[in-house]
Amino acid sequence: MSSYALFKKDLASELRTRYAINSLVMFIVVTISVILFSIGNEKISDFLSGGLFWVVIFFSAMSGLSRAFVSEEERGTTLTLQLIASPTTIFSGKLLFNLILVFAMNIVIALLYSALFEAFVIKNLSLFLYAFILGNIGIAIASTLIASIIAKASSKGTLYPVLSFPILLPLMLTLIDLTKQAMDTTTFSSSYVELAILGCYDVVMIAVSFMLFDFIWKD
Amino acid sequence: MIWKIVLFLLIAFVSIAGITFPIVAKPEHWYEFPLIMGLGENAKIIFFHVPTAWLTVIAFLMSTVYSIKYLRNKDLVDDIKAHSAAQLGMVFCILATITGAVWAKFAWGSYWSWDPRQTSIFALLLIYGALFALRSAVEVEEKRAALSAVYSIIAFVTVPFFIFIMPRIMRGLHPGSADDTNAGTVVNFKMNGNMQLIFFLSLIGFTILYYWMWYVGYKSMLYKEKLNKQYH
Repeated sequence: MSSYALFKKDLASELRTRYAINSLVMFIVVTISVILFSIGNEKISDFLSGGLFWVVIFFSAMSGLSRAFVSEEERGTTLTLQLIASPTTIFSGKLLFNLILVFAMNIVIALLYSALFEAFVIKNLSLFLYAFILGNIGIAIASTLIASIIAKASSKGTLYPVLSFPILLPLMLTLIDLTKQAMDTTTFSSSYVELAILGCYDVVMIAVSFMLFDFIWKD
Repeated sequence: MIWKIVLFLLIAFVSIAGITFPIVAKPEHWYEFPLIMGLGENAKIIFFHVPTAWLTVIAFLMSTVYSIKYLRNKDLVDDIKAHSAAQLGMVFCILATITGAVWAKFAWGSYWSWDPRQTSIFALLLIYGALFALRSAVEVEEKRAALSAVYSIIAFVTVPFFIFIMPRIMRGLHPGSADDTNAGTVVNFKMNGNMQLIFFLSLIGFTILYYWMWYVGYKSMLYKEKLNKQYH
């Protein structure tokens, strides 16, 4: 079984039930409207709206991405998967699915967010796009790995953000910083270090994931 | 026994010397510390705050090393050693956070200001907290050991981002930050010979203390396990 086949299986079962997509879309709408209600008629600063953007993304990711492995545990299909595919294949299949999900989710959030928040104006669009792409990859890798850990633990729902937050924190801080820079200036020269940190984070996380997934997956 | 007395004398000397030795502009006697611009009397916290922060990282490192060993050998003793180190790491992490916050009140005017180093110690606290939450959520011993070992390795690879990269690229107040003009970077701290001597003695003393606590901690956990297995 190839990882692409696993991805197609996940996609087919997701399109049949639409569990993750429905709950994610509703979650995004709820989170953004809560922020809009709490702001009311106040004027918020540009940088604050840039930071809140990543708050929405973090909590949406936390609500939807744990499904990848938890659903296998719930349906009792973990043992079958262990029999027919190697851990590396399974992880790359699940990672592919989560990558697509994160990108779709975050593009929706970005479009909604820039339509609803007047203060959220990106001056340097290409810098923001680089940060967005690298950040999404990092979020997808780290949350897929943590999802595989919590699928084996007993309190799945509450543990996921608790375990993910410290791991995602360096990524989030750098992303918030980069978003500020993209809203502030149109030049690239001062942002190379931050982009390099995002790149390093992605590489480190993917290396660690493939090294450690064997130990999580095999009972 | 003898090294316990040595440790007691070492810690006692460091505590007394660190607190009582005066700070003067031009040190002439062996018991006088130099004045570091922008720090003044506040500089003395280095003898107690830095060792706790150092031990937080050392405990985390040890926990990770024993986690790797556990994943290689599947020996539950290694898991207990890693857990004992993580528990001590949490204790020293809280100590470092509190001493740092109290120091910051006097040096910077507020207990907490999201300086990069405060952010990183906060992240370490979160990592330790998450590790204990994960441990309590898994029932089966082997599974718990494997999952917490994996998590502490994942967390360990993110620590360099906090400890070494963030404080250097973000603007900060902590001595040793990228834009700190008073005390300079951490490596060439403006300490004179005796201040460095007491600083390193303090580091050594605290490290021995940590090792002793870790040893007692993991042995007691080991015996607890054995007794549990005998009587149940």
